Parts: sequence; structure tokens; C-alpha cells
Amino acid sequence: MKAIIAATILGIIMMYVGFVVKEKKTILSIATILFVALLGVNVWELNTMKIGVTESFFNYQLLISPYSVWFNTLMTAATLLYVLLMGNDIIRVGKHVGEYFALFFFILVGTFILTSYNNMLLMFIGIEILSIPQYILSGSDKRSLKSSEASLKYFLMGAFSTGILLMGITLIYGATGEFNISKFSFMQLEHINPMVLTGILFLIVSFAFKVSAAPMHFWTADVYDGSPTPFTAFMATVGKAAAFVGFIRLFHTSFASVSDSWQLVLAIITAATLFIGNITAVFQQSVKRMLAYSSIAQAGFMLFAVISVTALAWQGLVIYSVAYTIATLGMFAVLLKLKDYTFDGFNGLAKKEPLLAFVATIFIFSLAGIPLTAGFMAKFMMLQAAMSQGNLMWLVIFALLMAAVSAFYYFKVIIAMYFKTGDPQLVVEVSSTDKILLALTALLVILIGVVPQILLPAGI
Amino acid sequence: MILVFLLLIPFLAGVVSFLAKDAAKNVALFGSLCSLAVSAYVAIFCGTEQVPSISIPWMPTIGAQFSLSADGLTAMLCLLTGIIFPVTLLINRNKNIENPAAYYGLIMLSQVGLMGVFLAADALLFYFFWELALIPVYFLSSLWGGERRIAVTFKFFVYTFVGSLMMLAALIYLSMQTNGVNAMSWDNIIAAGKALPLMQQHIIFWLLFVAFAIKMPIFPFHTWQPDAYEQAPTQVTIILSALMVKMGIYAVLRWLIPVLPEATAFWADLVMTLAIFGIVYASLLAMVQTNIKRLVAYSSIAHMGLMCAAAFANTDLSNHGLLVQMFNHGINITAMWVIVNMVEQRYGTQDLKKMGGLANTAPAIAIALVIISFANIALPLTNGFIGEFMLFTGIFQSASQYHIIFMVVAGLGIILGAVYTLSMVQKVAYGENNSGVATVAKMNGAEWVAVIILVAFIIVLGVFPQPLLDLVLL
Repeated sequence: MKAIIAATILGIIMMYVGFVVKEKKTILSIATILFVALLGVNVWELNTMKIGVTESFFNYQLLISPYSVWFNTLMTAATLLYVLLMGNDIIRVGKHVGEYFALFFFILVGTFILTSYNNMLLMFIGIEILSIPQYILSGSDKRSLKSSEASLKYFLMGAFSTGILLMGITLIYGATGEFNISKFSFMQLEHINPMVLTGILFLIVSFAFKVSAAPMHFWTADVYDGSPTPFTAFMATVGKAAAFVGFIRLFHTSFASVSDSWQLVLAIITAATLFIGNITAVFQQSVKRMLAYSSIAQAGFMLFAVISVTALAWQGLVIYSVAYTIATLGMFAVLLKLKDYTFDGFNGLAKKEPLLAFVATIFIFSLAGIPLTAGFMAKFMMLQAAMSQGNLMWLVIFALLMAAVSAFYYFKVIIAMYFKTGDPQLVVEVSSTDKILLALTALLVILIGVVPQILLPAGI
Repeated sequence: MILVFLLLIPFLAGVVSFLAKDAAKNVALFGSLCSLAVSAYVAIFCGTEQVPSISIPWMPTIGAQFSLSADGLTAMLCLLTGIIFPVTLLINRNKNIENPAAYYGLIMLSQVGLMGVFLAADALLFYFFWELALIPVYFLSSLWGGERRIAVTFKFFVYTFVGSLMMLAALIYLSMQTNGVNAMSWDNIIAAGKALPLMQQHIIFWLLFVAFAIKMPIFPFHTWQPDAYEQAPTQVTIILSALMVKMGIYAVLRWLIPVLPEATAFWADLVMTLAIFGIVYASLLAMVQTNIKRLVAYSSIAHMGLMCAAAFANTDLSNHGLLVQMFNHGINITAMWVIVNMVEQRYGTQDLKKMGGLANTAPAIAIALVIISFANIALPLTNGFIGEFMLFTGIFQSASQYHIIFMVVAGLGIILGAVYTLSMVQKVAYGENNSGVATVAKMNGAEWVAVIILVAFIIVLGVFPQPLLDLVLL
């Protein structure tokens, strides 16, 4: 609760900072300090939590568990890492720098609510607080037509999915007379009301939209490609992880007992997501667009957490969110240094900037799921969770085949960097601060790959 | 604890090589000699009373431990790895390599992966090293290989990666049969596998077998191999053909046959048919090759086919023969590549039609080539004989109802082996000198050392194989 309040207040402060301070660099510094402060609040809240005790607020509308606070802390840390890695690129996007950072704070408010809601209306509010800043961010480069197109497309599609979400909530409320997600009457019943079933289906559709799962993924490539690159990085990582934690919370808390009736639908969605994301990514010419499709493919893997109704899935989601977030942020940070976003733009990078190429290789290994990197452990946990379901072996094998396909396009970047010759054009010289930060990020990827339990402290 | 050094020494040597610039060549050689010393110590002194092993908690939540152990089979393969690396580093010492620091660093890192695969007594650790052995080789071949290196190496990578992922699914499934902090240990995986119903065993069997068959490689999963061997720099080809293919056969012996005994017995006939068909198929293809590296590559497929067939024959004699032959094949194929490398450098081509007359111009190389070729076709008094003899007897004794057909067809493969190997010797060493190179450089010091070590192994183990049998039958 402390974190939600702090993030809201800091977001409002940040908006006013934008009025008062005109120097972009100063705004960046202030924002960084405020993110550190928010991380501090999260850690403080984490320390005051007792193991295994959930605190409730507003008459059981919010249930804050150690897991929620831990997830919040990790996402705040990821945001801080993001600001550190790409701060200079963020302030180059447009004029209203203060507002961008304020919007990040609001996205975090949405995230915090999604990790701890216990009421469908609050879930709805959380999703909207998460989404609306993203619509704005994707259109923040006002001089670019593609950016405006991305924003409009995202907004219209998002509005549709919000409608469907509300419809789902209404149907379930109509059937049960209950908004509290842990008190639905069908949790004790043998038979399931068709109205509830329809509601669940609607909820699946709208969440699938939010996490860009097929066949509700069509907005993703255009929005991610059109948005200013630093914001794409944020939307594809923290934004996506937050939507997932909302997804898993509702489906595991409320619909676990009726999982037989929706598991197969979601399994097919997962298979389709993996297939479309990976196969389409193979044919991309631009690394940025490839990363957009790869984020669809990775969402396919993250959906395993929702399908597998086990405690393992919750742990897996933590590791997957963090592993995917760090590697993707790192990859985008490297991408932002380059002028040309096509694969050819990477040609010969290893000769010109060996460190940049090396860290990019580690991020790619992580995304492709090579052992010793965080991405491998993440995939491992997901597969383990899915396999513990018993009847999903076909999906696991299919996912592994798709992971092999993913190596195909991820390694195209490595081939370009190391085995091809060329003269890659950089936007700016890579400063030594950037190098140290990128090296630390790569080190973090390997650290999580070797000892993933640092992300799973006892009691969450 | 000594086992950790087997991983640590090549790792440190690799890291230092990366920083050492031009001295990398010597750093790597020194590191590989140190790891040879340790692996020899493990092979000779350890294990007489109890198997050396180490186990440290690693990821308790998913049941993985950092656990290494070295029984006879492992000690033998570590020793082989320890021998092959210094020998590999001895050849090509005069050749100028672009960016030697990275080259030798990656070579040493691939040794870490190989040692780890042989030592790991935990399924997840095994998988880690299995993949990690691949990454340095991928970069080595793609950066320093022949003209078509990028596409060919990528094909190799994708093949093995698909296989590894299948294996991953199987290992996770097996580990989930047990709870607790050591669910992934070898003992628990075996217990889990044996307890599975037959239907599940079949599925897991194929997931594992495909991964191992790609690595070995067994027909029809072999298509990456001739291209990869041809395009990789010869030192990397040695690592691939002498050691990395052993990962496949080792994995079959360690992680497949004991884990799924019923499914193995069920599918043994099919696997042996594939393997033995592969022997004949590869031998026939080897006969028509004009590129010397491709010829040796196909001959390697034939030899691996025989070993795989023997593994699935699963009699005492075939198993013992297999252990002996794994070591001997490692030595022989390395020796073959060393000679091929010398010939290629001196004639400046891999084309067999443009060679000839080596016996006149460089008799020492020609004599070495003849001895090594004899070992390759398993003539008595060479080390190849004892292993292949045991394999054949083992296949003949197998419980399969087709055992006679298997032996006869595999024997045909051996005759074909003699045909292509001797025809290669004839084209390289005798006849007209078609190369246009009049004088051929003599062997230099380092090459002498490498050839003498390998030929000594070939002859000593051919005449007196007992020490090797003692080691592997601990």
C-alpha cells in the first residue's frame, strides 16, 4: 500500500517538476532520484511484511501479500534500470520530458494494483491505469506519423479490449453477484454456470489482448515498431509483465477450480502465440520489429504460467518477467545506440564496439534460452510448471520446437555482429557509463542464470 | 574437489588466453597440459577404493545440485579430452591466426563444456554443459572456418539445439517424478525412468535419443556433420570429431540405456538397423569423395554407427569393447586429422585429385599416414583392432534375433572402410604428384611431437590394451 501511495504522489510531483524545471538533464536526474526513492519505499514495505501474512485494505479490495510486494519491488528496480540505461534516449524523444517520467510512475501504480487487487473492479482500474499512459507514450513523438498511428491504433484496440473486459466482469457479476475474486460461488460448486463460462472467455480475450497473445496480437508489431524506441522497450517489458501478473492473479485465485473448462482454450492460444510470434519474427528485416514479434513469442512462454495452476507457476512468472525484462531492456539499449535498426545495421559491430556486441550476445542468449543465462532458467521454470499439469506435454514439446525456431532469428543478430563485415553507424559515442551499465546488466543476466533463487526469497 | 579442477583449469586458461593477446597460444597449451596432468591423476590414482565425487546444493527449489562424479567411463573420457587438447594445440603452431587470443580462449572454453558433460552427475548440470560445449565451437567454426562456414555452422547449431531442447523436455519430465533437493541427480533420474510406465518410456526414449543421435551423429540425423567437419578449422574439427561426438555416445551409455531399460530393449533393433545402415551408407559415400576432409568425415560417421550399434546390443562384451573403442577412436581420428591438416597445408588443397607422391617428397608423413590408416581400418596390432573385435563379437552375441544380419552388414562396412581408406592413402602418398608443389616441407618439431604421441598410443594400445581395459572396468 505504501508503494501505491508513493508512486502516485511521486508521479504527480514529477508532472510539476516538468513545469518548473526546463533543463532536460536536470529532469532526468530528478526522475532517477525519485525512482530510487520509490524503490526504497518498496524495500521498506517488503521489510515490514511478515512471511505468509497478507494485509487487506479497503474492505478486502486490495490484498497485499509478500509476493505482490516482491513483484512490485522487482518491477520498480527494472524501471530504475531502464531509466539508467536509456535515460538519455528518453529525454531525446520530445519536449515534455517531465511527463514521460510521470507516466512511468503511473504505469507502476497500475502494476502495483494488478499485483494485489482482490476485486474485479479494482482489477479493471489497475488495467486502465496501466494502459492509458502507454497509449500516450506510444504517441509521444508527435513529429512522426508512425508514432501517431501507433498511438491511435493502440488506443482503439485497447478500448475494444476494455469493453470486452467489462463485459466479462459484468457476466461473472451477473452470475454470482460478487466482485470479490476469492468469493465466487462457483468455486464451491460442481457445475459451472454458462454465464460464468462466457465471462471467463471474455476475460481471456481481453487479457490476451493486453499481453499480446495470438490471435489478439495484431496491434503489437505496429505499435512497438511505431512508438519511440525507448518507450517500446518499456511497454514490451514492465508493461507486459504487469499485465501477466494481473492475468495469473485472477485466473489462479478465482478460476483454478474450474480450470478444466478454460485450460484448453488458453493452451491453444499459447500454441498459436508461440507459432505466430516465432514464425513471423523469422521474416523480419528490422531488429526492432523482430523484437516486437519476439515479445509476442515470449508472451507465449509466459502464458504457461497462467495455464499451469500450481505454485511453481507463480515463481516461474517472477523469474520469467525479470529475465525477459532485463534481456529485452539490454537489447533495446544496444539497439538505441545504432542508427540503422535493420540486421545489416549490426554488421561488423563486434569489430567496432566489442563490448556492445558482447553484451548484446549475452542478452540474445538469454532471450533464446541458452543455459547460464537468466532466460534459460525462466524457460525451465515455465516448462516445469506446465509439465506438472500432466496433460500438457504436447504443448511443452511444441514450445521447445518454437524455441529452436527462435534461435534462428535471434542468432541472425549475432551472425551480423560477429561474422559479417560492415561499418555500423552509431547515433552517439558509447560513453564509459553506458558501457559499465550494460556490462552490469549482462552480469545480472548471468547471475540470475546461475543462481535463480536470488529472485525467489523465502516466503514469497 | 580434484574434479572441480578439471573444469576450473581450462576455464582459467580460457579467460587468461582472452587477455593474453599474442601469448594466447602458449597459455592455452600450458593450460591444456595442466588439465592433462589432473585428468591423468584422476584416471590413475582415483577410484581404486571409491569413485571421486563432489556435490554442492545449487538450486534446491528445482532439485538441482552441482554434482560431479568420475567413474571409470568418465575418467577415461576426461583422460581422452586431456590428451586430445594439447595434441590439437601442437599442430598449426606456425600458422598465423587472426585474433589468436579469442581463438585459443574459445578452444579452452570448449574444453570446460566437454569435461563438464562427462563429469556431471546431475541432469540440469549435464544439460548446462551440453549446451555450453556447443557455444564456443559455434563461434570458432563461424569465425575461422572455410568459405561456407556461416551457413554450415548455423545448420550444425540449429540441429544440436533442437536435439538439446528435446532432451531438456525429457530431463524435466524425469526429474518431476521425484521431489526433494536432489531430484535431478543421476540416481534419482534412473530410479524415475525405471519406474515409468512403458508408454511414457517410449516418448522419453525418443526425446532423449534424437538429441544424442544428432550429436553422434546417427543416420538419418547426420546431415550437418560432413559440412561442419569440412568447413571448421582443423583444430576445431578434431574437437568435434574426437570429443564432441563422444558426448553423444557417452550420453547414450549414461543417460539413456540405464534410465529407460525397457524402452531401450524395445527399440534396440530399430536403432541398430539405423546405425548399421548408416555404416554402409557413410562408407559408400566416403568412397566417392574427392575432398579429403569430407572423406574422413564420412568415415567418422561409419565408426560412430558401429559404436552406437554396439551400445544398443548391450552385452557385456560390446559394452567393454565400446569403452575401449571410444578411447581408441578418439586417438585415431585425431591422428587422421593431424595428418590431413599437414597434407592440406603442404599441398594447399583439400582435393584428393591434386595430391600424390607424398611417399617420395615427405616419407615421414607418408609412413605416419599409413600407420594411422591401418589403425582406422582396425588392422591387428593397432589399437583399432581390439576395440572393433570386441564390438563385433558383442553385436554377434546380442539378444536381437537379427544379430547375424547386423554383424554381416556391419562387417561389410569394415571392408568398405578398408577400400576408401587405402584408396585415400594411395591417392595421397603414392602415384603421380599432381599437386604442382615440388618440394614439401618436412614435419616441424611440434608436429613430430603430436604424431609420435598419437602413433605411440596406436601401437602400444594395439599390442598391450590391458591398462585401458583396467581403467574403464573399474
